Parts: sequence; structure tokens; C-alpha cells
Amino acid sequence: MVQNTNQVEGRAVPEKTLGEIQVDNPRMSARNVNVFYGEKQAIDNISLDIGMSQVISFIGPSGCGKSTFLRCLNRMNDTIDICKVDGEIKIDHQNIYDPAIDVVSLRARVGMVFQKPNPFPKSIFDNIAYGPRIHGLAASKVELDQIVESSLQRAGLWEEVKDRLDQPGTGLSGGQQQRLCIARAIAVSPEVILMDEPCSALDPIATAKVEELIHELREQYTIVIVTHSMQQAARISDRTAYFHLGKLVEVGDTKQVFTNPRHELTQDYITGRFG
Amino acid sequence: MTDRTYQRLDPQQAAERVKASINLRKRKETRFLWLGKTAVAIALGFLVLLFAGILSKGIPGLFQYYVTLDVRLDARQLDPSGQMTVESLAGGDFDGAILTSLYEALGNPEGRKEKREARRLISSGSSQRLMNYVLDNPEQLESMVSIQFAVDDDVDTFLRGLISRETPEADRRISDQLIGYIDALEAEGRISYEISDYLFFGSASRDAEMAGIRGALVGSILTLLVCIVIAFPLGVATAVYLEEMAPKNRLTEIIEININNLAAVPSVVFGIMGLAIFIVAFGMPRSIPLVGGIVLALMTLPTIIISSRAAIRAVPPSIRDAALGVGASKMQTIMHHVLPLAMPGMLTGTIIGMAQALGETAPLLMIGMVAFIVDVPGGVTDPGTVLPVQIFMWADFAERMFVQKTSAAIIVLLAFLISMNAAAILLRKKLERRW
Ligand SMILES: Nc1ncnc2c1ncn2[C@@H]1O[C@H](COP(=O)(O)OP(=O)(O)OP(=O)(O)O)[C@@H](O)[C@H]1O
Ligand SMILES: [Mg+2]
Repeated sequence: MVQNTNQVEGRAVPEKTLGEIQVDNPRMSARNVNVFYGEKQAIDNISLDIGMSQVISFIGPSGCGKSTFLRCLNRMNDTIDICKVDGEIKIDHQNIYDPAIDVVSLRARVGMVFQKPNPFPKSIFDNIAYGPRIHGLAASKVELDQIVESSLQRAGLWEEVKDRLDQPGTGLSGGQQQRLCIARAIAVSPEVILMDEPCSALDPIATAKVEELIHELREQYTIVIVTHSMQQAARISDRTAYFHLGKLVEVGDTKQVFTNPRHELTQDYITGRFG
Repeated sequence: MTDRTYQRLDPQQAAERVKASINLRKRKETRFLWLGKTAVAIALGFLVLLFAGILSKGIPGLFQYYVTLDVRLDARQLDPSGQMTVESLAGGDFDGAILTSLYEALGNPEGRKEKREARRLISSGSSQRLMNYVLDNPEQLESMVSIQFAVDDDVDTFLRGLISRETPEADRRISDQLIGYIDALEAEGRISYEISDYLFFGSASRDAEMAGIRGALVGSILTLLVCIVIAFPLGVATAVYLEEMAPKNRLTEIIEININNLAAVPSVVFGIMGLAIFIVAFGMPRSIPLVGGIVLALMTLPTIIISSRAAIRAVPPSIRDAALGVGASKMQTIMHHVLPLAMPGMLTGTIIGMAQALGETAPLLMIGMVAFIVDVPGGVTDPGTVLPVQIFMWADFAERMFVQKTSAAIIVLLAFLISMNAAAILLRKKLERRW
């Protein structure tokens, strides 16, 4: 029942997003984005800026379209045949859905870390080196070694794996695998890193490590993270966006969203009344 | 929904019901277990029966009887012009040299009838064998050498005990005189039972004792080579295209259905098509492994395509996401990640297809690979035949000895198949990394 109307426990989803969609210094900006899976609309007219060198988290109940919107940002939705995206998403004033733009170079600029760690069935070294290799980032073997080492170091994994770089990446623990995937993403020096629930398969210690990592990465990268953990969103992000039934209900500074939400739906969600 | 409110069971009742259901379940499971065990046992029984049958018939076929003769290698008789070449040896009287030593071994029979019977003892391929011996060992000219010659197929059959002495002379293929000679040679220890070199190194022959599978074996290898070179890349490429790139529309659907249908087309039909297209329309020669390989490739393509598609589909989507996520193009994702992971499955399908092709007779009969060809094919455009067709031809010949040779050839075919499968398993193990 709830899915078919804009009413949730008597509360209306607002037509217009509450809070500041725009930021002063956007890295990416989405305007009037609609996404359809076949007939079904999964994203309804969402506009949002993603600030330079900021961490923004997407929160909201399951099935509200967080992953879908995230995957629009590096066109991973292109791989789903029935998925149609309209609207405009710009990175540095260039529309990423412009036919002239090369998806491959877009994905090199906007990297992605997935919910389930998905290392390649190759060695740890090759996992990291794959991206730099296909993009021709390393001029020499020495440089490639340096890229691998620094990526692993930034992902906080170097000390744990430096003696077994030739061993399979799939032989690491879940948390290590996820950090390996983060290292793999930063090895191609992206500008933006999209993370879809990167800690959902991890224990609290591994989660803490990944959060620490995100904290360090924010200096250089713009990070968009989907999370189901309010505490995590509150800990690591500068801004928070609350999604509901394909709509962006509210977006604002994390502190403000968590202490003083503008919409009752956000209030209900963050206080754990549903979700 | 019913109006009656559901009365919760009390725990004891529930426990009883669970117990009853557990018994039922257990009985079902035992029944199923036994069913499975019987099925496996029956299958194994048939397999044992099959192998026992083939081996008991075929192993004697791997051997044949030889007679050892002491031949004088007289240079003037064997190589009159003294050049030691194939041409000059062709002028030599090898038959004469062999017969002299044969008569000698038999105590120099006098009469024409006796000599005629004596000549029937050894294979007509003996002079060729002596010639080869001289070519290989020219330094032994002018000396006395012991050489084993195959006995004639009737003699072989007699030695195996398949022709009885009790049968009246008029009803059996060898005379009393000949039997006497055989007994004499056996008493001298000149008759031996050994692994048949003709079987492995000889080519097609009407004389059962000289017939071998070398030509057919080489023909099979050449045909399979052509088949795999065409079918594997084509099959894999088709599978990749259909699975990864083809738009999902009516046309691809029709193509898919037809590929599946193609897998069910009887193999003779492919033979007729090969005959009509490659031989009649394109004017390619008959009986050549090239045409055979192409026809078999068309036949195995559906198998390869279907199994390759299944293998591609089994590659976890998360790996594709990972590759695309770091900016690999679609082609790179396929080449670097999907294909290597799908390769073991693709190879399995290919080997199954090749095994089918190896055992195929009907389509090759249609394109004339059934011709009687003595020479071993030197390339894919030389006329040749293949193992199953050779077996098929031998099974048709009247001579008793061909029965054993047929069974022996079946063993060789099976050995070929098993080694091919073993190679496939090894290859797969090697590619299938544990991570
Ligand atoms: N490949 C797909 N095909 C069809 N519908 C899809 C597909 N992926 C997602 N959807 C639908 O789109 C809507 C949004 O899904 P999405 O995965 O973006 O949700 P989410 O917010 O990420 O949820 P979760 O928190 O459970 O991951 C859902 O209703 C879902 O059923
Ligand atoms: Mg999701």
C-alpha cells in the first residue's frame, strides 16, 4: 500500500527537496534526474550538487533509490538494459550523458566501490595494477610498483599484504578485500569515489578502518557514500541526503540533518521509527 | 481468509506431529537414496559389460602371428643395379629371397603343389617388409639375417584356433598340407605371437594381416584439427556476441532458437549439406580431411556455443562491475575477465563437441571419406579416412581376422577419446585457479 502513494503514515513526501541542493563549489551536479527500470520509475526528479572534496552520504529506507542514483553518477546503470536515465548530470560543467563523452574515461574519473567486496580473481598486485595498466597511467614498471604501493598504503592495507602481493586477492579477509577494492579504485586517481554500502559486510573493526580511510581520503577526493548506519553517516560525512520512494526529501549539513531535520520523514527515519 | 481463529497447537501435540513427519521424511530419503544407488550400480554394470566385451574381443586383435625366417641378403639378387635406392631395389627379387628361405625352413619341398601351399603361409606384404629392412640396414647386405614376417590371415586365424583341424579339408580355407607346414614351423619355434606392428603402422589393406589404422588415425587427427580450428574460435566468438553484445530483440531470439535447433539436427544432414556445398558447389575434392573437418565443425558449433554461453553466464556479475568500475571498456572486461573465467567451461563444451566429432561416421560417409585409401594423408587436402569410418569398413569385410582388427581399432578409438578427455581435464584444472 505504502509504495503506491506519496503518503507514509500520513506524512506526504514533498514535491520539492528541502534544504540546500546547491553548494558553492560543486564537483558534480545533477538536475532533474529521472530513472526508469522499464515502466517503473525508481528516481523521481532529483537535483543535487556534490561538493568538491566533501563527503556526502545518502541515507533512506531500503528500495528508495540510493544505489540507483549513485550508479547514475558514473553511468554504471548503462549495463542494465531496461534502465533509462533522463535529466542532466555534470562533472566539471560537462554532461556525463552527452553522447560525445567516453564512459571509460568517466569511470576513470568517478570510481566505484561496491557493497560486496569484489576483488578480481588475480593477485593482489594485479588487482591494483589493472586500472593503471588499462589507462596507461604508469610509464614504467617502477612507476607501476609505486602506484600499487601508494594505493595500498593509502587504503591502509600495505603493511598487511606487502609480503604477499603475488597471492590471490580473494584470499584476503572480507575487510581486507574491501580495502583492496578501495585501493583499486584510488589507483586510477579518480576525482570522485562512489561507495555503495562499503561496510555492510564488515565487522565493527574493519568498518572502523574503512571509516578512518574515508576520513583520510576526503582531503583529496570527493566521496559519495550510501549507508544504512546513521552513526556512520553522522561520523564521516559533511552533508547528508535523505531519499524516500525515489525522491530526495531533504539534504543539508550532516549536523543539521541529524539534529534538526526539516522534514518529518527524515525525523522518523533517523530516530529509527521506520526504515 | 477463514473466519475461524487458528487454535495454536500445544507443544506436546506439535512434537508428536513433527515426529510423525520426520519418520515420513526419513523413509522418503532412504527410498530416494536406494533409488540413486541402484541407478548408479546399473550404469556401472553396463559400463563394465561394455568394456569387458570390447577388451576381450579387441586385445587379441592387438597381436598377430609372425614367422621368423633366416634370409640371405644377396646384393646381386636384391639390388641388381647396386645403387641402394627405392628405384633400384624395385628391380630386386625379394619374393625369391624370402621363398628360398621359407622352402629351406620347410625342408625344401619338391612338387609344385607343395611349393604353392608353402607360399600361402606368409603374408603378401613380406617382400615390402624385406625391402624396408634392406633400406634401413644397408650394411647387413651379404649376410644372413633373421626377420619376422606376418603369416597370412588364414594361417593366423588357424593359429588362433578359430579353424578346426576336424573340419573336412574341403570346407576349410587351409589345406592339410599347409597345416603340416605350420606344425613343422611351430615345432622349430619359428612361429611367434606378438604385438601387431601392421595394426599401428600399416595403412588400409585388403589383406587382413597387413591392415592397419595409421592412415585413419592420421586422418582423424587432421580432421579434428580442422574442426577445432574452425569451431572453437567461431563458437566462442558467437557465444560472446550473443551473450554480451547482441541487442535483445526478435532477431537474436530467432538466432538463439535456431542454434538450439541446430544441435538436434541429425549428423547425416550436415554430411549432405557438406556434399552439396563444399564438394558440388565449391568443387572441393572428395574424401579430404579439410571438408570433413568443416562439416564436423558445423556439427559441433551448436554444442560449443551453448556451453560457452552457459560458461559466460556463470561468471559472477560482480566481476564485470569491478572491471567496469575501474574504467575498463566492455571489450576489455570481456577479454580480461569474463573470457578467462569462462574458459574452463568453454573448453569442457569444446571437448564434448570434439569427442562427438571424433566418433562421427555418417556425415563423413556422405563426403566420401569412406574411399579405400592406402596412403597416409600428408595434409588436410590429401584424401583420407577416419577411425570410425575405418572401423565401419572393416566390420564389413568377410575375413575372420578383420573381426579382431575391428575390435582392436575400437580400442584405439576409445583410447584416443579417453586421452582427449584427460587432456581436457588437465587443461581445465590448470586454468581453473582456486581463487
Ligand atoms: N536492475 C533492476 N531492475 C528493475 N528494478 C530495479 C533494479 N534495480 C533496482 N530496481 C528497483 O529500483 C528501486 C530502487 O532500488 P535501489 O537498489 O536503488 O534501492 P536502494 O535504495 O539502494 O535500496 P537498498 O538500501 O536496499 O540497497 C527499487 O524499487 C528496486 O526494486
Ligand atoms: Mg542499494
